[in-house]
Amino acid sequence: EFRRFSLERSKPGKFEEFYGLLQHVHKIPNVDVLVGYTDIHGDLLPINNDDNYHKAVSTANPLLRIFIQRKEDADYSAFGTDTMTRKKNVLSNVLRPDNHKKKPHIVISMPQDFRPVSSIIDVDILPETHRRVRLYKYGTDKPLGFYIRDGSSVRVTPHGLEKVPGIFISRLVPGGLAQSTGLLAVNDEVLEVNGIEVSGKSLDQVTDMMIANSRNLIITVRPANQRNNVVRNSRTSGSSGQSTESSLPSSTPNILGNLLQGEEESDEEDIIIEDSGEPQQIPKAAPTSESIESLSQIELLHESTQNGFLPSSEMNLSHSAGSISMEYEVPEPGRKSLEDDGTIITL
Amino acid sequence: MRRFLRPGHDPVRERLKRDLFQFNKTVEHGFPHQPSALGYSPFLRLMAIGTRSGAIKLYGAPGVEFMGLHEENNTVMQIHFIPDQCQLVTLLDDNSLHLWSLKQHGGASELVEEHRFTLKGPPGSPPSATQVTAVLPHSSREVLYLGTESGNIFVVELPSFRVLEDRTITPEAVLQRIPEDNCNRRSCELVEALREHPKNPDQILIGYSRGLIVLWDLQNSKATHHFLGSQQLENLYWQRDGSKFISCHYDGSYTQWPVSSDNRQPEPLENTVPYGPFPCKAISRIYWQTTKNGLPYIIFQGGMPRASYGDRHSISVIHGSQQTAFDFTSRVIDFFIIFSSDPAAEFDDPSALVVLAEEELVVIDLKSAGWPAVHPPYLASLHCSAITCSHHVSNIPLKLWERIISAGSKQNIHYSSMPWPIDGGTNIAPDPPQRDLLLTGHEDGTVRFWDASGVCLHLLYKLSTVRVFLTDADPNDNMNPLGEDEWPPLRKVGTFDPYSDDPRLGIQKIYLCKYSGYLAVAGTAGQVLVMELNDEDAEHVVDHAEADLLQDQEGYRWKGHEKLKTRDGPVRFEAGFQPFVLVQCQPPAVVTSLALHSEWKLVAFGTSHGFGLFDHQQKRLVFVKCTLHPSDQLALEGPLSRVKSLKKSLRQSFRRIRRSRVSSRKRRGGSGNASEVQEANAKFDQDALQEMELAPVQRKIEARSAEDSFTGFVRTLYFADTFLRDSSRHCPSLWAGTNGGTVYAFCLRVPPAERRMDEPVRAEQAKEIQLMHRAPVVGILVLDGRSTPLPEPLEVAHDLSKSPDMQGSHQLLVVSEEQFKVFTLPKVSSKLKLKLTALEGCRVRKVTVASFGSCKTDDYSENDLAVLTNLGDIQIISLPFLKLQIRYPCIRKEDVSGIASCVFTKYGQGFYLISPSEFERFSLSTKWLVEPRCIVDMPEVTSNNHVHTKSGTENAARKSSPGDCGEDERKSGRLMEHALLNDEKVLKEIQSTLEGGR
Repeated sequence: EFRRFSLERSKPGKFEEFYGLLQHVHKIPNVDVLVGYTDIHGDLLPINNDDNYHKAVSTANPLLRIFIQRKEDADYSAFGTDTMTRKKNVLSNVLRPDNHKKKPHIVISMPQDFRPVSSIIDVDILPETHRRVRLYKYGTDKPLGFYIRDGSSVRVTPHGLEKVPGIFISRLVPGGLAQSTGLLAVNDEVLEVNGIEVSGKSLDQVTDMMIANSRNLIITVRPANQRNNVVRNSRTSGSSGQSTESSLPSSTPNILGNLLQGEEESDEEDIIIEDSGEPQQIPKAAPTSESIESLSQIELLHESTQNGFLPSSEMNLSHSAGSISMEYEVPEPGRKSLEDDGTIITL
Repeated sequence: MRRFLRPGHDPVRERLKRDLFQFNKTVEHGFPHQPSALGYSPFLRLMAIGTRSGAIKLYGAPGVEFMGLHEENNTVMQIHFIPDQCQLVTLLDDNSLHLWSLKQHGGASELVEEHRFTLKGPPGSPPSATQVTAVLPHSSREVLYLGTESGNIFVVELPSFRVLEDRTITPEAVLQRIPEDNCNRRSCELVEALREHPKNPDQILIGYSRGLIVLWDLQNSKATHHFLGSQQLENLYWQRDGSKFISCHYDGSYTQWPVSSDNRQPEPLENTVPYGPFPCKAISRIYWQTTKNGLPYIIFQGGMPRASYGDRHSISVIHGSQQTAFDFTSRVIDFFIIFSSDPAAEFDDPSALVVLAEEELVVIDLKSAGWPAVHPPYLASLHCSAITCSHHVSNIPLKLWERIISAGSKQNIHYSSMPWPIDGGTNIAPDPPQRDLLLTGHEDGTVRFWDASGVCLHLLYKLSTVRVFLTDADPNDNMNPLGEDEWPPLRKVGTFDPYSDDPRLGIQKIYLCKYSGYLAVAGTAGQVLVMELNDEDAEHVVDHAEADLLQDQEGYRWKGHEKLKTRDGPVRFEAGFQPFVLVQCQPPAVVTSLALHSEWKLVAFGTSHGFGLFDHQQKRLVFVKCTLHPSDQLALEGPLSRVKSLKKSLRQSFRRIRRSRVSSRKRRGGSGNASEVQEANAKFDQDALQEMELAPVQRKIEARSAEDSFTGFVRTLYFADTFLRDSSRHCPSLWAGTNGGTVYAFCLRVPPAERRMDEPVRAEQAKEIQLMHRAPVVGILVLDGRSTPLPEPLEVAHDLSKSPDMQGSHQLLVVSEEQFKVFTLPKVSSKLKLKLTALEGCRVRKVTVASFGSCKTDDYSENDLAVLTNLGDIQIISLPFLKLQIRYPCIRKEDVSGIASCVFTKYGQGFYLISPSEFERFSLSTKWLVEPRCIVDMPEVTSNNHVHTKSGTENAARKSSPGDCGEDERKSGRLMEHALLNDEKVLKEIQSTLEGGR
């Protein structure tokens, strides 16, 4: 079916609103759909976040053609360059999905939810001797898989060389995230955790900080092996890794522009289950006038989803889903007998 | 996020913060840990206690206390007050001497260390030559006599500690006049005792360890009398008139010696072994006290028959035919007698015996028949049974306060009515601003109610929950009265009793509603008791219910303790808090959280398995909710897995234990259904081994998962009347937070008061929030439309709080160990948060809402969160914006029990245990500050009968013009003093007007 309606070009609003509008117009309030549009080159491109929605609206000339597919019947291969040149095919796919009762596609190329991966970041702002590694636990089942220990390192201070306590990576678990990325190694010295310097902090404190940040852990290390350092072109060849190796940690530029953004973006979402219904991610409240006055010091959790990252509501829900049903998996008696020693613990 | 770390730039706020917050450790409550020495000044009427950690504490009248700490932290061995001075000398175990003074500064007295000194012998001499064993401050106040191990007695000048070498009393000089057969160099080894003649300051009595006693004339530097004791000497004491003295000995005997001018080497008058004839232990200290009626009091420590009573810690009092051996619960450190301090009085007339035992202070009234104990106003033994939890209630209504006191006074009838005999100094601190109660739960199933309003923490009332249960030890068995012919005539005194009959009785959680007098108490074996205050004794049946928190889950076997057995039929309860409902959780695991709503008449409780809600009006269980996670099952299999979340440092040692257990089990060839458990254990074991082979200190970095054990552990419960379902109707609700970061919210339907008994209370789960960081939830709070925390139940009904704003939108604050998060209600959306752990690496241990008032203006106050972290820091975090205001280091991070014991009050004060027997009190507020402020005046040395009373009245007048008053007020106070001295009513009036004027 076709629908035609108008939008204000200058104020397109948010994708979520638009999505709701589409569902309303088509009277399909509870159907998950995939939204696409044709750009000026005739390519069928997806609309799934604010950015590409805005882009789509801005390209409307004057009409914007939008295609809507039920998610479960979606033909992802329909998207992409030159797709609209195969217009006929696509349209027949889109408009008469019933004719093509195919098995659901295995999605290969077009990711529904963009997932960041572990990487080295901030190469441009860090000294060459340091490496800032972002470990994305998000969406993988791999354990972080590393251990840290106390140790000492040599620093250059105004009083000459000095031994100072430091925190080092002591062990990588085979198959863990840390090892599989290859970005961390045993005996790398940990300098920062998510932008906070670790000097002066105890091993337990650093452990707690890392665990608290475990969903999006950003560790700045000084690799034990300094030979693989990135040598930047802008630097003179004289300032090799060796000469800056013993710089003070305080001299580390603390520019965390990317870092902060990244943290916000991937910040974990708590889950709410209302009236024993479906678990949902807790949305962020819109800023109220009350809290605006405190903008300068208070972190407002209001931001839109960015970079085409559409939070998937399927992540990490498997366990919660089990608990809402209030059913308890009863193990076979005798086989798995549960025991409790009743150790008294006063917290 | 970074903005948090930057100090605020708002100068107005910064100034306000200075007016609101201020950190002080103000006073130590309770009994000093490991006391090692005792001193008393009859002149100042002050008592001094030294400890093994080098602390010295002075106590006088209630509220008068001083504390000092020796830098060296060495054990205080002896304490001696300088006669007629505000000074004392301490001897430490490193042989150093320290002179302390009470100095007046800013209107109050302070204890300061003035000098320190270590006696040095000639070069090359052995250390024993100068090892001080006896100290005698001479009544001239100019010199100290120091007896040493070598037998030399050194004389040092005060306060300079200059050694007067020409006045040293050497053994050679002492032996000059002694008959040949006793003239042995060894008889003058080690000076055991030095005593000044009570009438003649020029004579001192020197007792040597081997038994030789010499009366030494200081003027002529020669021995005038020799007393040849045959037994090893322990101590000496002069009779008041100086005509006799008494010596006590290692063999359990004491001897009286006459002193007269005609016999220079007298024979003993009397030699007695009071608990003979079988070998007895040493009498280490003895007093001889004269009375008007002629019969002396002989009071001594020890001397018990070695074989049958050698393990008793006793002090015997003999007065004519009366004899009692007070049997103390712990080792006697030292004791003194309070007697007439007037030098002109003819007799001692002792009034009280003050005994410092290792774990408590006991004072015996010697004037009343039967020698009853006196109830001490301070130095309470908090640990008479180990403290298991504490709960603080601020601002108790007068009515409840009086009822608790009256219940307590009925328990204290066996105490003497004598006023507290140690009454030196004057408390000039302003009266406590409000009545505060500190409730401590103990291992033996008792709850003690302490008056925590002021500097003196003292026991008001003691509640025992034991009576509800059937225990092995029947309390009546212990009440066997001593037979008439019992010998020795032992009598148990003191309250210290650390041995619990049944650890299941231990109290874990306490909740008192100050408005209704309802008290809920929960214990180690899953027992929850709801009590009501009754002013009369009563006998009634306690309603009993069971809460099955597992809800028919099969295959689960509880291997811990059994639940407590209850008494059938009516139970007699004494006046005070009387239980009327008992709920027992099944399995009987320790109760980990408790909440009581006195208005709705509901009590909620949680354990490691789940939580439940009980209607104590209808005496009906409303619902239970199991919080065990399905995957937690694996965690429950291993016998030691439940302790996994204990401090990580403990983990390896536990594993070592487990390894040995597993391997021994393997050898036995365990069979049957345990095979799977064993397999899991073996796998664990391998991991553990692997872990242990690596560096000793390393930490695993791993995200928390739902599979971690203990996730079901209910950490916090909270009642709130708020918008749970929709924004138009608010309803009662119950909130629960678990160790796994889950928050459950239940919507409650409480029937209106008129149908409260007819309709059941209903509950329905409305929400469940899973924090993705999965840290334990330690606090839940609802803020009303004005962002003010909801008031306590009945607070509004009693007009003590504004009713909450039900128009604006409510907010939910969830505090986990790692983060503070504010959500909107009723639709839960996250509003703001503060990530504590991610930024600082510390975790929340305790959190409370506290009200802070400005010290500058009376009309400003605000609510903030007071937070204690696992590093022992205290942080104040603003509401509702979660801004860090200020941070103070408070407890050492290694002091895990101190951190675990901390309680905050509603007005920004707090308490934590610095030892098993002592609470440190601290204040975060500029406005509410309870600290000792007292003054010790030098009584006039005119030595007449009125010395003490006179200083008392002077002090009373001083009290009417507190230290921080202006100079004018002080003057007027003094002027009025003469006219109004004796009229207490007028004094009070003056005081109140002065206080009002301030």
